[in-house]
Amino acid sequence: MSSTLLEAHHIGKHFGGVSALRDVSLTIRTGEIYGLIGPNGAGKTTFFNCLTGLYVPDRGDFGFDGQLLAANAPHQAAQRGIARTFQNIRLFGNMSARENIMVGRHLRTRAGVLGAVLRDTRTRAEETAIARRADELLAYVGIADRADHLAKHLPYGDQRRLEIARALATEPRLLCLDEPAAGMNATETAELRVLIEGIRADGTTVLLIEHDVKLVMGLCDRVAVLDYGEKICEDIPSVVQKDPAVIEAYLGGSPDA
Amino acid sequence: METLLQQLINGLVQGSIYALVALGYTLVYGIMGLINFAHGEVVMIGALVALSVTGALTAAGLPLWLAGALGIAVAILTCMALGWSLERIAYRPLRHAPRLTPLITAIGMSIVLQNLAMMLWGRNYMQFPALFPKAAFSVGGAHFTAVQIIMVLTSAAMMIGLAFLVYRTRLGMAMRATAQNSQVAGLMGVNIDRVVAAAFVIGSALAAVAGVMVGAYYEIAHYQMGFMLGLKAFTAAVLGGIGNLGGAMAGGILLGLIEALGAGYIGDLTGGFLGSHYQDIFAFIVLIAVLVFRPAGLFGEKTGERA
Amino acid sequence: MKTWLSPRSTAGLIMIAGALLALPFLAASGGQAWVRILDFAILYVFLALGLNIVVGFAGLLDLGYIAFYGVGAYVYALLASPHFGLHWPIWAILPIGAFVACLFGMLLGAPTLKLRGDYLAIVTLGFGEIIRIFLNNLDAPVNITNGALGLNLIDPVRLGSLSLAGTSEWGALSLSGPQKYYFLLVTLAIVVVVINLRLQHSRIGRAWQAIREDEVAAKAIGINTRNIKLLAFAMGASFGGIAGGIFAAMQGFISPESFSLTESVMILAMVVLGGMGHIPGVIFGALLLAVLPEVLRYAVVPAQKALFGSVLIDPESLRMLVFGLALVLVMRFRPAGLWPSPERKRELAEVSE
Repeated sequence: MSSTLLEAHHIGKHFGGVSALRDVSLTIRTGEIYGLIGPNGAGKTTFFNCLTGLYVPDRGDFGFDGQLLAANAPHQAAQRGIARTFQNIRLFGNMSARENIMVGRHLRTRAGVLGAVLRDTRTRAEETAIARRADELLAYVGIADRADHLAKHLPYGDQRRLEIARALATEPRLLCLDEPAAGMNATETAELRVLIEGIRADGTTVLLIEHDVKLVMGLCDRVAVLDYGEKICEDIPSVVQKDPAVIEAYLGGSPDA
Repeated sequence: METLLQQLINGLVQGSIYALVALGYTLVYGIMGLINFAHGEVVMIGALVALSVTGALTAAGLPLWLAGALGIAVAILTCMALGWSLERIAYRPLRHAPRLTPLITAIGMSIVLQNLAMMLWGRNYMQFPALFPKAAFSVGGAHFTAVQIIMVLTSAAMMIGLAFLVYRTRLGMAMRATAQNSQVAGLMGVNIDRVVAAAFVIGSALAAVAGVMVGAYYEIAHYQMGFMLGLKAFTAAVLGGIGNLGGAMAGGILLGLIEALGAGYIGDLTGGFLGSHYQDIFAFIVLIAVLVFRPAGLFGEKTGERA
Repeated sequence: MKTWLSPRSTAGLIMIAGALLALPFLAASGGQAWVRILDFAILYVFLALGLNIVVGFAGLLDLGYIAFYGVGAYVYALLASPHFGLHWPIWAILPIGAFVACLFGMLLGAPTLKLRGDYLAIVTLGFGEIIRIFLNNLDAPVNITNGALGLNLIDPVRLGSLSLAGTSEWGALSLSGPQKYYFLLVTLAIVVVVINLRLQHSRIGRAWQAIREDEVAAKAIGINTRNIKLLAFAMGASFGGIAGGIFAAMQGFISPESFSLTESVMILAMVVLGGMGHIPGVIFGALLLAVLPEVLRYAVVPAQKALFGSVLIDPESLRMLVFGLALVLVMRFRPAGLWPSPERKRELAEVSE
């Protein structure tokens, strides 16, 4: 029995009169790959935004690693070890791939203005370490040869990988991926799957929002299904696939959607 | 009590000017998200054109009322043309540029207009013709003049006219649609270029009227008269919730009242440490306070900041 | 990891150093007035590079920058003039001026830096006006600033026993007051150039660029965007404060008039015209706009007299007109500035597609 990493308690969020999330509770265990699926508009990204501090939930709270995530600003969420990618990739387009990852090290490095201006030994050592770590991560996600390309000039699949590498640079305990396979072909998706499994194997817990049901069912240890802002099911993939409510809400129409 | 009533009247008059100018900011901002920094200069140009035309026509022997009316008409037309050109030449090419680009352009245009005006009209304060009757009234110890009544009534009439245009005409509907979502409006067949141009032209016409009224009120005109006025009107627009027409009107009146009361009582409030020459800081303090505590304005919908 | 300069850059540096040494003597051959113009050009380089940290690096449009300059100037003037009878030494005042300006920067920045860029621009503009109004009116009931009359007889900079005012002789070498200030200013300018260069490619510099590119993503990877922006704002303000102190000492007289919005716009124009974020571009922009009015003064007045027999357009208004037009035209045709950094040129070219 592995320990609990994230506990969401009764999360609620509404915009105007629309409830985007209603009383969503779920638990993610350390070391698992946890899938969050549901039809468009089911509240998956809203859940991400609440978890990573972009939104403040109206109700409920998150417990992370045994501690309450209170006053959760985005940079604080990252500080505590929750990193994310975005559904519509948000890289720093005019910075090189390497620089994107180097910025990702911001959180775990310390040099300030004085260090930058004086370039003392410690700052220089830190800069070297940042660059080295960036190159390691570029290689890790398989785009080492793109290090000096501007992020916006990278092919789509590489941009997805770069965004994952940038998130990993913050040394997360929980990596939240928002539709990483969107727009990828079958080969790229297969490679992505290997990458995500590798990340988990190296000790990072993964929370995955994905439309590609095959990927989710093959990759995830457990899956939760959201529909109209409510969690209608949470279990291992084989059980979720057979759940009548899920089939009706989501899988029924088109299993590949 | 007399001073209070007097300050309220003064504030209402000044506020009606702010409201008119604020409408120009808010129209343009609502539709294209641009702070047209040069808007205050349009007010100034309106006043100076009216002054020159009226002066020339009275010198040519026309009666003051006719010369004044023609002067106002020419000022309005000039400002409309100016607003149109500003949009066409300076802002339209930048519509898809990063945010700060059109703002810097707007600052540049403001400087250009001010200095052109200085070259044309000189550095000195000029006597503005007394366009309106000099009658004065007194109620409950507070004094007010015919000019003040005319100003408040004119502003009210212009605002009603604008409200009619925005909520009752096809152009107004196109404007509202563009403000909601310009891409969708474009897909629905709205000519965005024309809507944006219309916003500038209408805003500039209101600015011209405001310019004439300010000139007539203080009986003075100057190439720098638009700058501070523009800033304060912008503050009024923000106070009411920028992009919101009713908000701009309410914000204008409210700012006028705050200023008048503030200037009247600042001495008492600070034990004589600060005097009424600090009047100008109220607008900025209001601006900073609103932006910090209620960025959507007092009457704005909570749209938050478009990041 | 030590990077040595290439022979070509070494040669370039030596040439620049030679030119910087020779300039005040060359300028003096045209009269001390030209040395003073040179001094102001360097002072503007300093100011523009300070503002570059705010506008160019962090992407925050600050229209009230001159307020910090004014604060620095008044701090110097109050602590080193007969007004309060204080005559503190420069090494004590400049840090105080920088600190006070920085404090004002934080006071303004802390609540407003979460605002969107264009709102921030207006708020800083309003702040600049508030400072000017206070400088103008704080002569009563207690005379702090001496109001619109300004402060007079401000002490010149003294380094040890050497006063930078008046001519000094060392054997065959004779340096005028403005020439001595020149060397002080060049030293300070070099310091600020180095600070700019080193910040640009540092952890902080990358964070600024990230915020400029995508603030949400920057937050999501753990950058405390408000603090990092505040840092840029406070640094810019400190440099403004230092420049103001030197200005007060050099002039010997200051009044609120020197700290108008026009000056803020001019410094902004230097940064924007030269090329936001690109250090050589900003230096170029500052020199260009600092010298341009003088050229206009010397060229436009005689030209008009020859053409029209009188001065129709005074050079002062022509100067502002040129600034305004330059801002408009550069934004339209060269949004990355006259001398942009290669990267920035690329990014802006693609945005405007």
